[in-house]
Amino acid sequence: MGELRLMKGNEAVAEAAIRAGCDGYFGYPITPQSEVMEYLMAEKPYERTGMVVLQAESETASINMLYGGAGTGKMVMTSSSSPGISLMQEGISYMAGAELPAVIVNITRGGPGLGTIQPSQADYFQAVKGGGHGDYKMLVLAPSSVQEMCDHVKLAFDKAFEYRTPVMILSDGAIGQMMEKVVLFDQIPRRTDEEVIKQCPWASTGRPKTRNHNIITSLDLDPAGQERVNLKLQAKYKLMEKNEVLYEEIQCEDADYLFVAFGLSARICQKALDLARAKGIKVGLFRPITLFPFPAIEVSNVGNRVKGILVVEMNAGQMIEDVKLSVGCKVKIEHYGRFGGIIPSPDEVVNALEQQIIGGKS
Amino acid sequence: MTEQFAKPEIQKPENIVYKRTDLLVDRPLSYCPGCGHGTAHRMLMEVIEEMDIQEKTIGISPVGCSVLAYDFLDIDMIGAAHGRAPALATAVKRMWPDHFVFTYQGDGDLAAIGTAETIHACNRGENITVIFINNGIYGMTGGQMAPTTLPGMRSSTSPYGRDVPTMGHPLKITELISHLPGVYYVTRQAVHTPGNVRKTKKAIRKAFELQKENKGLCFIEIVSNCNSGWKMTPVQSNKWMEDNMFPFYELGDIKVDGKLVEAAK
Repeated sequence: MGELRLMKGNEAVAEAAIRAGCDGYFGYPITPQSEVMEYLMAEKPYERTGMVVLQAESETASINMLYGGAGTGKMVMTSSSSPGISLMQEGISYMAGAELPAVIVNITRGGPGLGTIQPSQADYFQAVKGGGHGDYKMLVLAPSSVQEMCDHVKLAFDKAFEYRTPVMILSDGAIGQMMEKVVLFDQIPRRTDEEVIKQCPWASTGRPKTRNHNIITSLDLDPAGQERVNLKLQAKYKLMEKNEVLYEEIQCEDADYLFVAFGLSARICQKALDLARAKGIKVGLFRPITLFPFPAIEVSNVGNRVKGILVVEMNAGQMIEDVKLSVGCKVKIEHYGRFGGIIPSPDEVVNALEQQIIGGKS
Repeated sequence: MTEQFAKPEIQKPENIVYKRTDLLVDRPLSYCPGCGHGTAHRMLMEVIEEMDIQEKTIGISPVGCSVLAYDFLDIDMIGAAHGRAPALATAVKRMWPDHFVFTYQGDGDLAAIGTAETIHACNRGENITVIFINNGIYGMTGGQMAPTTLPGMRSSTSPYGRDVPTMGHPLKITELISHLPGVYYVTRQAVHTPGNVRKTKKAIRKAFELQKENKGLCFIEIVSNCNSGWKMTPVQSNKWMEDNMFPFYELGDIKVDGKLVEAAK
């Protein structure tokens, strides 16, 4: 049993990074995630584990520091919120192209533009469908508790190195700011330079005479070569779809209706589920934990057993597209969303279920 | 076969007085004949070979004419996005503090799109070496106006010459960063004559030696020609560079041992 603490989601992310053996954090302040770097600076991880923490001049610089650090095989992480993540898209695309492992934590807020500092899930498309230029995907994890904020950091690093890919933790301002109890995993020692070189023979760590020089790049001017790069990436994404899907089913066994929701919306739906069941409505909750790879087969299996599905998101309807593609058109699928930083109440979610799905209005 | 290779005694190791460094990959450079990049590459690799630090060196290449530098330099390298090399180098040096880390960047990369990364890496005093090739033009994309294009100088996006009132002034980024306390050594050199090549090599060596001592950022500008972009022969371009570039971008040390050289103040 690890150490039990009461923490903010943002703090749990920071503490988990130290404990996961992260080598470097590079970030830029933005609400509602600034506690990540504040916690790290106060914790002095360079004394605890030797981890580097650096405040960059912009999100553009942070993501490119991440690219540099990852290019040498080190475990690196950044965090930001929606507008800052938009600025990072160039670097994320480069890292996907160069096949570099890194963890990017996105504590989203409402947009578009400067939007609001309140929580939102309006960056699902950006996170899941690519975001930057070119055909690439990231593995995307959607924690719905402070415990998962902690655990997903470790998981994200593991998968980033397993697949040599950037991994995004897509959370939101509410989970980042709320305090819950969290069981922290024990400190994992940082790898030595020798271990890094052994684990990452592809990395630019300085060329010994015993091997050719390593080049980290996303450039291949030969179209045939660049097509090979793309095919390799696509094969990797297929493998993720096969092996890395994570999801949670709550009371789906006897359900007549289904909520599908991720992250904070799933927490709200848990309460809405209790309220609905108290009224005699048998509703279940399907929560995708990986947004890419999306649990398509799994949601389809559950979704095709029920009379109707309400996809609840704090956006104008983004994940619903993946739910519809997965479940097909035999089952009624509706969306309920609030935006701009509004968090829907469980009551209004139950009301939406009754109105849009059970009542048949849409 | 040339006459000298017909003489076997010249090929004896003890008789070799000058040879190509082994740290340049044996393949044709992608640069135009007459361009200074090849010479700058060679000086950089000669220094790394002489210091025997190949195993401890990580280079960051830019976007621009030298985007493929990693194909020619036989060391571990990372290709940066346009302008971001100093951010990459910052992390690489922080992650591997006993390694030698350098960026190799052109004027568009370093002084336009990457200005923020350049200035902040300099201001943090990152213990890296920045090699800055200034030829006053975007060579790779076909000769557009650069931040360092001289007033009145023609380019494909200033076809009637750089009009300062509407296009702004050329940016003396090297003088600008020399005033930052994180920067320890700043010099401006050239590679168009044997004498200048020797001075450039000496400056690169000095910068790498200073990295060992963690003195702060060392910045070497190399004013170079772009005969293709300037639409001149290599010889004409070097003459034009001496007559026009050097009066504006004056060669010599700008900051030594953390102190500004008198003339540059």
